[in-house]
Amino acid sequence: MHDKTLTELSASLAAGEFTSRELTEHQLGRIERLDGALNSFITVTPDAAREAADHADAARAQGDAGPLTGLPVAIKDLFCTDGVLTTAGSRMLADFVAPYDAGVVERLKAAGTVSLGKANLDEFAMGSSNENSAFGAVKNPWDSTAVPGGSSGGSAAAVAAGLAPAALGTDTGGSIRQPAAFCGITGLKPTYGRVSRWGIIAYASSLDQAGPMARTAEDCALLMNTIAGHDARDSTCVARGVPDYTAELAAPLTGLKIGLPKEYFGDGLDPAVEAAVREAISVYESLGATVREVSLPHTHYAVPAYYVIAPAEASSNLSRYDGVRFGHRCENPSDLVDLYKRSRAEGFGEEVQRRILIGTHTLSEGFFDAYYKKAQQVRRLIRQDFLDAFQDVDVLMGPTTPTPAFDLGAQKDPVSMYLQDIYTIAVNLAGIPGISVPAGFVGKRPAEGRPVGLQILGTHFAEQRLLNVAHRFQQATDWHLRRPELAEENA
Amino acid sequence: MALEHADVLRAAHLARLGLSDDDATHYLDDLGRILEMVDRLQALDTEGIAPLAHPLDATQRLRADNVTEPDRRDHFQRCAPAVENGLYLVPRVVE
Repeated sequence: MHDKTLTELSASLAAGEFTSRELTEHQLGRIERLDGALNSFITVTPDAAREAADHADAARAQGDAGPLTGLPVAIKDLFCTDGVLTTAGSRMLADFVAPYDAGVVERLKAAGTVSLGKANLDEFAMGSSNENSAFGAVKNPWDSTAVPGGSSGGSAAAVAAGLAPAALGTDTGGSIRQPAAFCGITGLKPTYGRVSRWGIIAYASSLDQAGPMARTAEDCALLMNTIAGHDARDSTCVARGVPDYTAELAAPLTGLKIGLPKEYFGDGLDPAVEAAVREAISVYESLGATVREVSLPHTHYAVPAYYVIAPAEASSNLSRYDGVRFGHRCENPSDLVDLYKRSRAEGFGEEVQRRILIGTHTLSEGFFDAYYKKAQQVRRLIRQDFLDAFQDVDVLMGPTTPTPAFDLGAQKDPVSMYLQDIYTIAVNLAGIPGISVPAGFVGKRPAEGRPVGLQILGTHFAEQRLLNVAHRFQQATDWHLRRPELAEENA
Repeated sequence: MALEHADVLRAAHLARLGLSDDDATHYLDDLGRILEMVDRLQALDTEGIAPLAHPLDATQRLRADNVTEPDRRDHFQRCAPAVENGLYLVPRVVE
């Protein structure tokens, strides 16, 4: 069962090949057996999952089943889940039981999905390796010495290992696409405002966006049909019609104009990753697309602009953790300032503290114009680069990451880790959608190695087109069907 | 703009983050290098470019000024560290 895609599982449940309860038990069994080594879940909720599965089976028996009814999913532990531990990967929220469901979680529940539990992540979604989790690093299912990427590393690893057929992630600077690339799965970051942020623990509010992570583009389309759409409780969520994202998946790509940003194929790109990506692009040419080089001239300013804007917003968002209303509180505070200072110093991990300090410094008196205003001006230039490019081409393509998954513990320097996100970060600054699809393997083991992701970008609200372009590639290749061999599976 | 030890302690105080002198020393080097990387922005001429706060240039929506939330104080206070009679308990502020 765990080798099937979400779409195939939906058809199997509809055909009565097995029940949601049987599928859920199968997935829970795999989590029980295999996740000790992977650490992709922070919290597993077997009782609630069984109850939801039985409820889904009962609904189906009464002829009241939709496409997602009875399908198990994992939820990044950044989404509030009513009555379920919601940690954001932080000691600060180690005991926090959310009092309500995030908007997207409500939608998934209403559609009849079965939540298996909460997936591991970098603390408050700040990181690119999942090593910043207070609940331990996650292992890459393809190679236990490699990181799964981050910050949605648990979500990506759980899907790649067949512990869940799909997962919810969030993406502020690449946190869906980069772990999808590192783990050999498909992950879509929608347009900013396409999916509700209500009830998602905030990192950088002008950049955060939730999206689906699954085996295939078709599966991501199926999930988008449920999670996309207006939510009045998120004032940045866009009131705009939601198309059927599965409707145009098979549309032919004849005449598709692909742009290759020359800045995405420059210094720092691993030649083996480049070779895999160029091979993928040649598949598109054989499908009738035309390819031309384009330029995004401000690409190298994206990481610097992001590391002003995101920490500034984070320092503001994380001021709510005061040790008073919820979250960690220090022992025996001597006064109110001591309560704040010690609760926060004890509750936040190192990377989170680093970003709070950067954000507070750049927003402070005397520095605001030089940093924050400057970064927002550069943000406009970066967005304009994309808008100009989309005058001439339909989609942009390139590698999702400059290298395949790196080794656990290998990146000790924060700045060099930040610079690895060069191909994903500008997309969040511009607010456009992007998808990462499996496009080959490179690396150490002769047999398989570590996965490579092809990133496809479109203009605002072009998700349907991106999913179509990704789906046609997956009809022509089988990279997305490869599965890691898990040592424990055969034990 | 080189960052100094006192700048780290100042930011920590503004952020109500309890750092010791040693903690500040620990962060100083990384924060300095992050700001050095960020300083690349200064090379760009942005004269006359309007700052972009929202990628879709959207403005905040308004809604009718009606009460839409019921009182769920007890429910929301269940995750608080210390509560009494519906109030959050903190150390004495005024002696």
